[in-house]
Amino acid sequence: MALIEWQDFSFKYLGANTLALKHLNLSIEEGEYVVVTGPSGCGKTTLCRTINGLVPQFHRGYIAGHVIVDSRDTRDHTVAQMASIVGLVFQNPANQLVTLSVEKEIAFGPENLGVPPDEIRRRVEEMIDAFDLHHLRDKHPHEMSGGEQQRVALAATLALKPKILVADEPTSNLDPQSAERILELIAEQNRRGMTVVLVEHRLDIVAKDASRIVLMNEGSVVADGPPHEVLQMDICEEIGVGVPKAVQLYKRLLANGVRLGRVPLTGSELAMLVKEAATG
Amino acid sequence: MIIFEDVHFAYDQIYPALRGVSLQIDDGESIAVMGTNGAGKTTLIKHMNGLLRPDQGRVIVNGVDAREKSVAELSRTVGLVWQNPDHQLFLDTVEKEIMFGLRNLGYTADEAEERCHRTLTQLGLEHLAERSPFALSGGERKRVALASVLATEPDVLALDEPTIGQDAGQKERLAKMLREMNYEGKTVIVVTHDIEFAVDHFSRTIAMAAGIIIADGPTHDVLSNDLVLEACSLTPPQMTVTARALHQVFPEIPQRLTHLDELEDVILKIVGGEG
Repeated sequence: MALIEWQDFSFKYLGANTLALKHLNLSIEEGEYVVVTGPSGCGKTTLCRTINGLVPQFHRGYIAGHVIVDSRDTRDHTVAQMASIVGLVFQNPANQLVTLSVEKEIAFGPENLGVPPDEIRRRVEEMIDAFDLHHLRDKHPHEMSGGEQQRVALAATLALKPKILVADEPTSNLDPQSAERILELIAEQNRRGMTVVLVEHRLDIVAKDASRIVLMNEGSVVADGPPHEVLQMDICEEIGVGVPKAVQLYKRLLANGVRLGRVPLTGSELAMLVKEAATG
Repeated sequence: MIIFEDVHFAYDQIYPALRGVSLQIDDGESIAVMGTNGAGKTTLIKHMNGLLRPDQGRVIVNGVDAREKSVAELSRTVGLVWQNPDHQLFLDTVEKEIMFGLRNLGYTADEAEERCHRTLTQLGLEHLAERSPFALSGGERKRVALASVLATEPDVLALDEPTIGQDAGQKERLAKMLREMNYEGKTVIVVTHDIEFAVDHFSRTIAMAAGIIIADGPTHDVLSNDLVLEACSLTPPQMTVTARALHQVFPEIPQRLTHLDELEDVILKIVGGEG
């Protein structure tokens, strides 16, 4: 069975007029790196919330169908029970930082899951190293910049050693090089076996890491497949998804009768394919 | 015209944020300000409408030393849209929010209402006029905050990270609107980390690091320079990555290309398309 499975799942927030998710049928296997994208309001954030049970346990509303995560129906499990399986990094990191220092913030999750103190200390140091947080160790999370908060929120989430990492635009406040470092850390977790579900508008920076892109619009999945297949579909432009320039150029060249070997996802891949086409 | 003359500023007199900034911005320019977190970008634009005042040096707005003007007076010339809309929205409907600034600038109720509705229409927000800003999505709140500043029709519009949380379609609409304002003669300044947004829509780029300007010039020169990119924690534009890699094999391709159109032309020449 898939690690995460939406079975004809629909959801409408209390007081809302329209369904946030409509008859969703989708499954994600262990070890995948799935990028979820689509225009604002398409249901991406709601989708994230269904994985750790925030929908429907915390956000109430009309619900139909089921979401099964690691063989557990999220209707029957509390968010706390799901926390050891699913780590969720929110879009706005300030909403999830609760303690008075970075060290305590990272220790908070494992403490609540009953992890032994020695192991907690080990994980705190590991995360402080991995995310380069030494200088912030004793700092209050609310005194930090948005980018620093994002790093701390991600470190605190990964300290739980979840099976699945769900991240909702985890680099939106970061400068490009910091964003790249964070994305590299996430890709590394994925290579070690963690399943990743990442929401992102900026496909030029995440497409290369993803094994799959799920494109959503108005609460439904409208395209689903490997990045190079999904990104060349015309529906991306139609609904307003930011197609990387390398893919845009691939399509323009195609319109001019030049077919490159495959759809490039990065600038260097594009250059390589052009060299092949020119010399081969 | 805005002139900075050797401007120094430190938060709480302890944390230096600007360490001697000099620049000139002419009417009708379109400028991207780029740099790492903490480089002084936001501090820079807050000096333009007097929200912050230099510790040393001068800021001159339209020929007058900014020291002689209040924030309210300067705000008629320079409209500033904050990075986090929640820091500037506080009333219970979108309409009241936008009317507030207009009334404060001395417009009559009728004039204010007329301008308010014109701006909401321009930004495609009419349907939200009666809604509470706090019940809107993050992207919508950002556009309401922009509307509240646009309605006052400042000569200079300075936006702090306007593309965060906006999808590609919204980004495109924002860019189009800024371009139109620029054609009408307004000066548009954005602080952004989004290098593709800067490359596509702004002709001049000011790069900052650690409180000083490290480069200032045409966007394609500034943002294809490795020293600048490194100092600003930027990654090169995707098309520049391609151009540089191609340059190694085809020396006739300049390394400095940043635009899709430019790359399309040179690649078609190499591989010989039909078009």
